[in-house]
Amino acid sequence: MSDNKKDDDLDYETTGHEWDGIQEYNKPLPRWWLWTFYATIVWGVLYTIAYPAWPLVNSATAGILGYSTRAEVAEEIARVDEANAAINTRLASVELTEIAADPELQAYARNAGAAVYLSWCTQCHGSGAAGSSQEGWAAGYPNLLDDDWLWGGTIEDIHLTIRHGIRNENDPDARYSEMPAFGRDELLSEEEVAQVVNYVMSLSGEPQDASLVEAGAEVYDINCSACHGEDHQGDVFQGAPNLADAIWLYGGDYDDIYETVYHSRYGVMPSWQDRLSEAEIRAVASYVHGLGGGQATE
Amino acid sequence: MLNYIKLIVLGLIALFAMIAANYARDLAYMIHAIIILLVSAGMFLWVLRRTDEPATLHPQTEYMDGVIRAGVIATALWGVVGFLAGTFIAFQLAFPALNFDWAQGYANFGRLRPLHTSAVIFAFGGNALIATSFYVVQRTSAARLWGGNLAWFVFWGYQLVIVLAATGYLLGSTHGKEYAEPEWYVDWWLTIVWLAYLAVFIGTIVKRREPHIYVANWFYLSFIVTVAMLHVFNNLAIPVSIWGSKSVQVFSGVQDAMVQWWYGHNAVGFFLTAGFLGMMYYFIPKQAERPVFSYKLSIIHFWALIFLYIWAGPHHLHYTALPDWASTLGMVFSIVLWMPSWGGMINGLMTLSGAWDKLRTDPVIRMMVISLGFYGMSTFEGPMMSIRAVNSLSHYTDWTIGHVHSGALGWNGMITFGALYFLVPKLWNRQRLYSLSMVSWHFWLATIGIVLYAAAMWVTGIMEGLMWREVDANGFLVNSFADTVGAKFPMYVVRGLGGVLYVVGALIMCYNLWMTVKRSPAVEASVANAHATPAE
Repeated sequence: MSDNKKDDDLDYETTGHEWDGIQEYNKPLPRWWLWTFYATIVWGVLYTIAYPAWPLVNSATAGILGYSTRAEVAEEIARVDEANAAINTRLASVELTEIAADPELQAYARNAGAAVYLSWCTQCHGSGAAGSSQEGWAAGYPNLLDDDWLWGGTIEDIHLTIRHGIRNENDPDARYSEMPAFGRDELLSEEEVAQVVNYVMSLSGEPQDASLVEAGAEVYDINCSACHGEDHQGDVFQGAPNLADAIWLYGGDYDDIYETVYHSRYGVMPSWQDRLSEAEIRAVASYVHGLGGGQATE
Repeated sequence: MLNYIKLIVLGLIALFAMIAANYARDLAYMIHAIIILLVSAGMFLWVLRRTDEPATLHPQTEYMDGVIRAGVIATALWGVVGFLAGTFIAFQLAFPALNFDWAQGYANFGRLRPLHTSAVIFAFGGNALIATSFYVVQRTSAARLWGGNLAWFVFWGYQLVIVLAATGYLLGSTHGKEYAEPEWYVDWWLTIVWLAYLAVFIGTIVKRREPHIYVANWFYLSFIVTVAMLHVFNNLAIPVSIWGSKSVQVFSGVQDAMVQWWYGHNAVGFFLTAGFLGMMYYFIPKQAERPVFSYKLSIIHFWALIFLYIWAGPHHLHYTALPDWASTLGMVFSIVLWMPSWGGMINGLMTLSGAWDKLRTDPVIRMMVISLGFYGMSTFEGPMMSIRAVNSLSHYTDWTIGHVHSGALGWNGMITFGALYFLVPKLWNRQRLYSLSMVSWHFWLATIGIVLYAAAMWVTGIMEGLMWREVDANGFLVNSFADTVGAKFPMYVVRGLGGVLYVVGALIMCYNLWMTVKRSPAVEASVANAHATPAE
C-alpha cells in the first residue's frame, strides 16, 4: 500500500506510509488553528516587550510599562495605610474607654479588629470566637462570647492580655500565675484530691460521690480558697477561674477536674505587641470587648 | 556466563541490603533494605535454578507480548489502588475524623496524599505508558523489542520503584517535593530502570523494519528522554548517610522552587501529555480504522509542544520570590502552548471524520473521544490559569485541584481505559470484549464522576479565592481561613461522590477485562500469532 492513495470520500491523499495498518492524510493545517497560533506568538512578543521578561547578564528587561508585582502590592498596601492613617493615629492615642464613646472610631475599630481576629486569633479561639465551647474543639481555649473572664473583661484588661499574652516566655509583662499540681507534687493525697473534686462539682452541679463533699470543703478552704476565693468566684488578678458557674475551660466532669487538680493546667497565649501595631491591638481588643461579654470600666 | 554475573550481582545486593537493614538509621530505610533483601535473594534463587538450563529462543519475528500483558494487569491494579486512595483522602478532607487516631503518622491525609498522586500518575499512568509504548513500538516498527529480557527488567524494576515509593510515603521518608517525593536510593534505582527503558525503546526503533518512525513513537521517545533529564536534575541530593533515607537537596530557596516546578510542570507536559499523546496517536486510528487526520499538523504540533512546554514551569510560582521576568516568560510560553496542545486534540478528533457514527455503536471509541474532549478543556484551562491575573484568584485554591483532575481523570484515565479495552482482546487472543454494555456503564459512571468532581472544585476554588481576597470598605479582610474551609464542606462531599463513581467504573472495567480473558471466545490459533511483518 505504498502508493499514494485517493480516499473515496475525501479528496485528500495519504502520505503513502503505513504502520500496522495506520495511514496518515496530509491535510493542511486548519486555518483557524494556525492563525490563533500566530496570534498567540505575536501577543507573546508584545507582552514580553511590555512586561519584565528577558534575562540579561546581571538583570532582566524591565518592560516598557514599568510593571512589578512587588511594587503593585506595596502600592496597594500604601494606599490602604494612607487612607486609614488618620483614624489609626487617633485609635492608638485616645483613652481606651474613649473608643466606645466615639461611634466613628468604634465602628472602625470593630471592623479592623474583626480582620485582625480572623487572621491571628481564630486558630485557637475559633472563627466564631466560641473557643473550646464549640463542638469538636480541643480543651483550653477560652470562649470570648460570654461574660466569664479569667483575666478580666474590661477593655483595659483585654487590651493588656492581648498586648502581652499569658504565661509566654518572650514577654516579661505577660500575665502569669500557676496552679500547683496538687496530686503530682504530693501536696494532697489522692483521697484528698477526690474529696475536693467532689466538693468543686457540688458548687455547680451534682458531685459524683456526695459523701466526700464535706471533707472536700475542708480541703478547699485550706488549699484552694486563697486563689479561687472563699466564695468560689475566682480572682481576675491572678487568672483564677470562677468555680461556682458551669463554665469549664478544661471540662467539667469528674475525670477532667481530677486531672486539673492532680496535674494542674498551664494555658499559654502569645504576646502580640511585636507582631501587631498598637492600633491593631486596640482594634482587636474593642472587637473582643464588643462580642457580648465585655465589661464596663469602673 | 551472563547468569553467573547476575548471581554475583544479586548476591552482593542481598548482602549489602542485609548490612543496610542492620545499620538502618530510620524505619523506612530498614523496611526498604528488607524489601530489597527479599527481592534480590528471591531473584538469586530464581536465577540459580535456571542456570545452565537450555534457554528458549524467541524468533525475532515474534512480538514480545508477555511483558505487555503484565503491564496491562499492573495498570488496572494500580489504577484501582490509586483511585481508592484518592477517594478515601477526598472523604478525609470532608470528614476529618477519617484521619483515624490509631493510624496517625501512617494513614493521615498528609501521608496518603503523595501515595494517591504517585499511585495514579506513576503507578497507573507509568505502567500504562510503558505497556502501551512497548506494544506500539513493536507494531509500528514491525520489530520485536530490543534487548531480550531487558523489557522485563524495566517492568519489574519499575514495580519495585512503586513499592519502595509507596511504603516510603507511609513511613515518612520523603523529599517533600511534589511528584518527586521518593528519597535518594529510590531515585537512583529509578534512573537505572529508566535508562534501561530508553535503551529498549531506542533499540527497537533502531532495528525497525518500517522506513519511517510513526508519530506515536516521537511522542513516546520525547517523553522518555525528557523525563530522564527532569528526574535527574530535580532529584540532585546528597544523602546524609548511606544507612539512612534522609538526603539534602543541592538547590535551595527560589532556585529549588524553580527546578521543582520546571520538573513538576513537565511531569504534566511530558509524562501526562506527550506520553499519552503517543498512546492516542496509535489507539484512536486503530480503533476508528481511519487514517490520521494530518501528518503536517502532527509534525508542527509535536515540535511546538515539546519546545514550548519545557519553559512553562514558572507559572506555578507567580507572586512568589521568583523574579517577575521568569514569571512573565512562564506565562507567555504557557499561552503560546495553547494551540500546539490543541493540535493533538484536532488530529485525534478529526481522525474520526467519516466515522462519527462509531460514537453511537462503539463505547470504546466514545471513551477515547471524551478523553480528547477533556484534554482540550484542560489544555485551554491551563494556559488561562497561567495568566497572572487569573492565577492571583485561582492559585492555592481547589480550582487547581479541579484542573488537574479534569486532565488526569478525563484525559489520562479515559484514554488509558480505551487502550486497555483495545489491548486485552488482542493480547489474550480473544475475538472481542466480554461485554460492551459494561464499557458503556464504565463510560457513563466515569464521565458523571468527573463532571461532579470538576464542577465541585470549580465552585469551591472560585468561592474560596473570592473569599480570601474579600475586603471591607476600610481594606480589612472579611473572612478567616477557617471560614473558607467550612464553606467548602458540601462541595467536598460532592467531590468524594464523584470519586466513588469513578472507582466503581474502574472496578466494572477490571471485571469486564477479567471476564474477557476467561470467557470470551478465542481467536483461532493460525490467525492469533501476531508476527512482526512490515506493513509493506
